[in-house]
Amino acid sequence: MTAELGLAALWLAAALALLQIAAATLGLRREGALGEQLRGAVRPVAVAQGLLTAIAFAALLAVFSGSDMSVALVAENSHTAKPWLYKVAGAWGNHEGSMLLWVTILGLAGGAVALLERRLHERTLVATLGAQAVIALGFYAFLLFSSNPFARLSPAPPDGLGLNPLLQDPGLAFHPPTLYIGYVGISVAFSFAVGALVTRDVGPAFARAMRLWVLGAWIFLTLGITAGSYWAYYELGWGGWWFWDPVENASLMPWLAATALLHSVTVVATRDGLRAWTIMLAVVAFSMSMLGTFLVRSGILTSVHAFAVDPERGTFILALLALYIGGALALFGARVGTVRAGATFEPLSREGGLVANNLLLSVILGIVLIGTLYPLLAAAMGTQLSVGPPFFNATAGPIALGLVALMGVGPLLRWRRDDKDALVSRTLPALGTTLLGMAGFFALGGVTRPLPLLGLGLALGLAVASIAPLWRRNLRRTPLFTYGMVVAHLGIAVSLFGMAADSVFTEEKLVAAQVGQPVLVGPFSVTLQGIRPEIGDNWSALEGVLRVQRGEGTPFLLRPQQRFFAAPPTTTNETAIRTEADGQLYTVLGRQGADGRWQLRLWWKPWVTCIWLGGALVALGGALSLLGRLRRERQVRVDPHPTERWT
Amino acid sequence: MKRLLLLAAVLLSAPVLADSRLPPASFADTQLADPAKEAQAKELMATLRCLVCQGQSIADSDAEMAGDMRALVRRRIQGGERPDAIRRWLVERYGDYVTYDPPFGPATALLWIAPLLMLAAGVLLARQAFRKKPR
Repeated sequence: MTAELGLAALWLAAALALLQIAAATLGLRREGALGEQLRGAVRPVAVAQGLLTAIAFAALLAVFSGSDMSVALVAENSHTAKPWLYKVAGAWGNHEGSMLLWVTILGLAGGAVALLERRLHERTLVATLGAQAVIALGFYAFLLFSSNPFARLSPAPPDGLGLNPLLQDPGLAFHPPTLYIGYVGISVAFSFAVGALVTRDVGPAFARAMRLWVLGAWIFLTLGITAGSYWAYYELGWGGWWFWDPVENASLMPWLAATALLHSVTVVATRDGLRAWTIMLAVVAFSMSMLGTFLVRSGILTSVHAFAVDPERGTFILALLALYIGGALALFGARVGTVRAGATFEPLSREGGLVANNLLLSVILGIVLIGTLYPLLAAAMGTQLSVGPPFFNATAGPIALGLVALMGVGPLLRWRRDDKDALVSRTLPALGTTLLGMAGFFALGGVTRPLPLLGLGLALGLAVASIAPLWRRNLRRTPLFTYGMVVAHLGIAVSLFGMAADSVFTEEKLVAAQVGQPVLVGPFSVTLQGIRPEIGDNWSALEGVLRVQRGEGTPFLLRPQQRFFAAPPTTTNETAIRTEADGQLYTVLGRQGADGRWQLRLWWKPWVTCIWLGGALVALGGALSLLGRLRRERQVRVDPHPTERWT
Repeated sequence: MKRLLLLAAVLLSAPVLADSRLPPASFADTQLADPAKEAQAKELMATLRCLVCQGQSIADSDAEMAGDMRALVRRRIQGGERPDAIRRWLVERYGDYVTYDPPFGPATALLWIAPLLMLAAGVLLARQAFRKKPR
């Protein structure tokens, strides 16, 4: 019964999306009372659509948490013996459920736009909601015709097949929804761009409305990528935290585009420049989030992160992808002529710095895109090849470091035009810190590889430079969004420091350990005390008991495990990690050798935690900015300068 | 009794633990004694693809084949072979698919040139945008 209710809600939501498109299209064409009524209907329809998707998703959560095995999806992806949290999380740990989550977030976001957005011109808002409904309709069709999450199974099996044990982890339970909120937020920003193109309303008012959604999406994408990276780090058991894997790239590409968009939309909002480029970026960012969904859903590229994969449905998503991106580009091509270029500016200005930021981010995005898709292209031409870390590090690495250097300068630039000498004196402290840092790490730290050395130095310099905008300012009157920028840029510095430090200072020890014999790694002495059996809800394990001592400090125990899951039969490595102030000790229990010794993998990773701490800081900076912007927007309710009137 | 059950469960599930019951090849998970050689081997392993995994290098994989390949790399490095030569040997055997560092050639020219092209095109575009005299 619950499943049928969910399915009915989904069909109704699809019907409402269709209605929303019709009302928006007709309403924008008709003048007079009828047009007004049609346009007036769009908001309530969007809210109702959001509610219906929420009902459908609630129904899915209910059948999963109640282990209703007569629903095919539950039987295939859940198990009666699973802990409750993972029963619920199982609802989106599979293809159909994750797509339903996608449309639910999309529907709720559309409802939120309809309820909350008060600054945009009415017609632009109606066109925006129309565009949002078009995107939603494609996904409803996809769900209803090829991925029905509520299909029944008869006869119902007693227990179910289970969820991939790798996914049985709190990080993974919340990681996909975070990324999806990011993707969907981008699609809302894109809907705004379409709305503004349709009504020829590209200007500061539109930019301010769109910026909030871009910021919101960007915060979630940042969190999602950071969490995904940490998950891969502790779950895969080899100490790596980024693999340039297709699924990682699929989440990185929308983030890069959203980061560029975030910076260019600020130019539109503040100085009314870069209009056409900003619209183009919105199209690109949306295309990247759709491509991301496609790459992950279709399983066309193999990945360590791919869990809910279904090649046959890839074609459907590919068709949707082509339709949406093609449509967006066609609309952009048709209407870009009507978007005035906007204000121009001097190269040496804040705007100039933001153009350079967009340029470098776009090139990095291009590199990640071509590197990710090139194996597919090559395969189509009959060559099997792999593109991996060596390519990305060699190409995107130097450009990213250039971008970091630019980040140190950009926020210190003045709007409109700046003076070269004054700029040099403003950036001198950061430059000095960078050079001193590099000299110090070279002479005292023994770092000789050029890229990590530059990374360490730039990280220190950027840390100084990112705080510099607060220098000699009244800290109480500094707006919250300026603090946001400072914190986010500081986060990049912290993260970069962690990455560079991990790449040069990590110590690795792979040993066949004998019980009682200490192994030295970094400042630690690790002794295997014994192996014990352990048992959990739906797994059993062998646990290594490691006694660890740092120098003369208090000893502590670490317990890495080899875990065995029965449904489906899988072995996972449960790493045991000790976090110290200056890094992490990472331990993994391997197999038993013929001589009875146990394989241990130990890493001492100085400052590695900075990578994710930095990511969290970046997201926090985004949140502060968002709060600051919301506060400012509430003070300025009505746009005092309507730019271009709609016709 | 509970202990016994626990032990039985662990023993029963032991075959799942390994791909086979053979002990791991020597050097699959043991480092070379010479740190310089181990560093060379590690750098090479991080750029070789595990052929039976889902997009992992042989340096980050639990698969048996990845272990064998790690052992092969370490043995050859210890024997004094240069990393380039080992990579070439593996590519001859398994094709370009095995290396994450695609060698420059007709099939990969576009891939390697594209970053430079994009950077150049971007700089040109940006310069055009600036050249318009401000009002």
